[in-house]
Amino acid sequence: MGLRYVLLRVVASAAMAVAATLVVFLVAHTVPADPVLAQLGDKQSANPETVARFRARWGLDRPLHEQYGIFLARLARGDLGESIASRRPVLDDIRQYVPATIELATVAGFLTIVIGVPLGIAAAVRRDGWIDHVARFLCLIGVSAPTFWLAFIVLALFYGGLEIAPSPGRLDVGAGAPPHVTGMFVVDGILAGDWASARNALAHLVLPSVVLAAATIGIVTRTTRAAMLETLGQDYVRTARAKGVAERGVVRRHAFPNALVPVLTLAGLAYAELLAGTVLTETIFSWPGLGRYTYQSALAVDFPAIMGVTLLVALMYLAINLAVDVAYLVVDPRVARR
Amino acid sequence: MLGVAGAVIILAWGAVAALAPRIAPHSPLQVDVLARLKPPSAEHLFGTDSLGRDVLSRVVLGARVSLPAGLVVVLLAAAFGTLYGGVAAYAGAKVEEVQMRVTDLFLSFPPLLLAMAIAAALGKGVLNTIVAMAIVWWPKYARLARSLVLVQRSLEYVEAARGLGQGGGRTLLRHIVPNAIGPVVALVALDVGNGMITFAGLSFLGLGVVPPTPEWGAMVSEGQVLIEQWWVSTFPGLAIFSVVMGFNFLGDALRDWLDPRG
Repeated sequence: MGLRYVLLRVVASAAMAVAATLVVFLVAHTVPADPVLAQLGDKQSANPETVARFRARWGLDRPLHEQYGIFLARLARGDLGESIASRRPVLDDIRQYVPATIELATVAGFLTIVIGVPLGIAAAVRRDGWIDHVARFLCLIGVSAPTFWLAFIVLALFYGGLEIAPSPGRLDVGAGAPPHVTGMFVVDGILAGDWASARNALAHLVLPSVVLAAATIGIVTRTTRAAMLETLGQDYVRTARAKGVAERGVVRRHAFPNALVPVLTLAGLAYAELLAGTVLTETIFSWPGLGRYTYQSALAVDFPAIMGVTLLVALMYLAINLAVDVAYLVVDPRVARR
Repeated sequence: MLGVAGAVIILAWGAVAALAPRIAPHSPLQVDVLARLKPPSAEHLFGTDSLGRDVLSRVVLGARVSLPAGLVVVLLAAAFGTLYGGVAAYAGAKVEEVQMRVTDLFLSFPPLLLAMAIAAALGKGVLNTIVAMAIVWWPKYARLARSLVLVQRSLEYVEAARGLGQGGGRTLLRHIVPNAIGPVVALVALDVGNGMITFAGLSFLGLGVVPPTPEWGAMVSEGQVLIEQWWVSTFPGLAIFSVVMGFNFLGDALRDWLDPRG
């Protein structure tokens, strides 16, 4: 039963992935008034030879469905086109920048869970108590502050003003990166036994990850609270209490596990949201990741790069949601029977 | 309580936007190189930016772009999404299936990124950015509206209306929509702040307004490297923060009131 459910989810995700390529294709090839100009930029479009080569390469003179076929065939070979700005294949650029972003988003995701979930539980257990009010207020602030502004404020305050935070970037200026294994400096530092690098990289992660997590912490806290309030009102919780289970046990063993499904759904969405949020955070923290690459591509109207990143993040989004769907099985085996 | 505070903040900003040219102490576009990057003072309450323009005046005039943009996006998306979802719930299984798969497809992209890609394709400008955002914004309304209409459709009063010979479209507009609209309104109220942040974010990324038009996101972007001259970015950001908080306070209260289960 569980296997059938997993298979169905995998097939559905794969179908969505193919459909996502169609959306990216349509945006890239039909939305701009002149795709040649959008993809090549002003300078290169002035050269008729380049334009002709570009048209032939992407089959722009052929019917739309054939163009999509060409697009898919190139995609299957990992060809996302060439970045206008860096003049390198978009895939190479992405490969270079992705580890920094994964590192940042993962730390922010970790913060989101370890702060958001307990805070949400506490707010629900002590409903209308001071924790609940403080949590509600903090959440509203977290979701109301624009990420790019919050990033600026904490940087101006802790780095510029108080001088207790390290400079923007992944490491101190002049510090060498640990030997490349994963591209995530903290992990690489630990793997190489290079503790100084690992600590340095971790210190640089603090501000950007907190800023990135600010909004998602608010959302996760609110969802956890709502889900907990729901389960705390159920009959089985009353039964547990009547049996004399201590309140701690009621919350941990009876209420929380049953509140996990909505929390899990949201955690998946939040991680994907974090990946997108890096566009704004990385820009301010000079974080050489996918987000800053996207920002620079947007500024330069570097179309192939923008579309490549969009497609990649959409695929990650789908993968995360698939992982969440499979995780439901563990949390709530009933989903397989639906 | 918070809801009232939110409404007051929004009204105050609305007044600022409406009266902007009258209350701005200086011209928002007046360049004065000699007075560049001056800290807040009696003459320039919010200081001046790198071209010597008065930050306060630019924040005040910026309200005329930043406030309506987020609002328009969310209203457009809500109108289209609600209609789309309502039709899906009403149209029969096959059409519904196709419609909802299309919705899922849009939801499989992070909104900011897809909006950014579309906005980049359409070219710079407030209108293009609004269109790009609306394109990625409607699906959540379609989903919500569909589920609401599905519930309403099975209720007896709808059957009664149909039994009296009323057509499908008329039943949808006259009976179902008024009864199902509450949660949609609540979502709109909570979503406007979100829309404003995203618009400002796209502007920050250089996709919204064309300089030198004052807009809050673009202003934060202009000052982002000026950590010493903190006022250039801080005040326009504070403007976004306050108005978004106003909408979130109001939205939170409206949701409790209109949609007690949500």
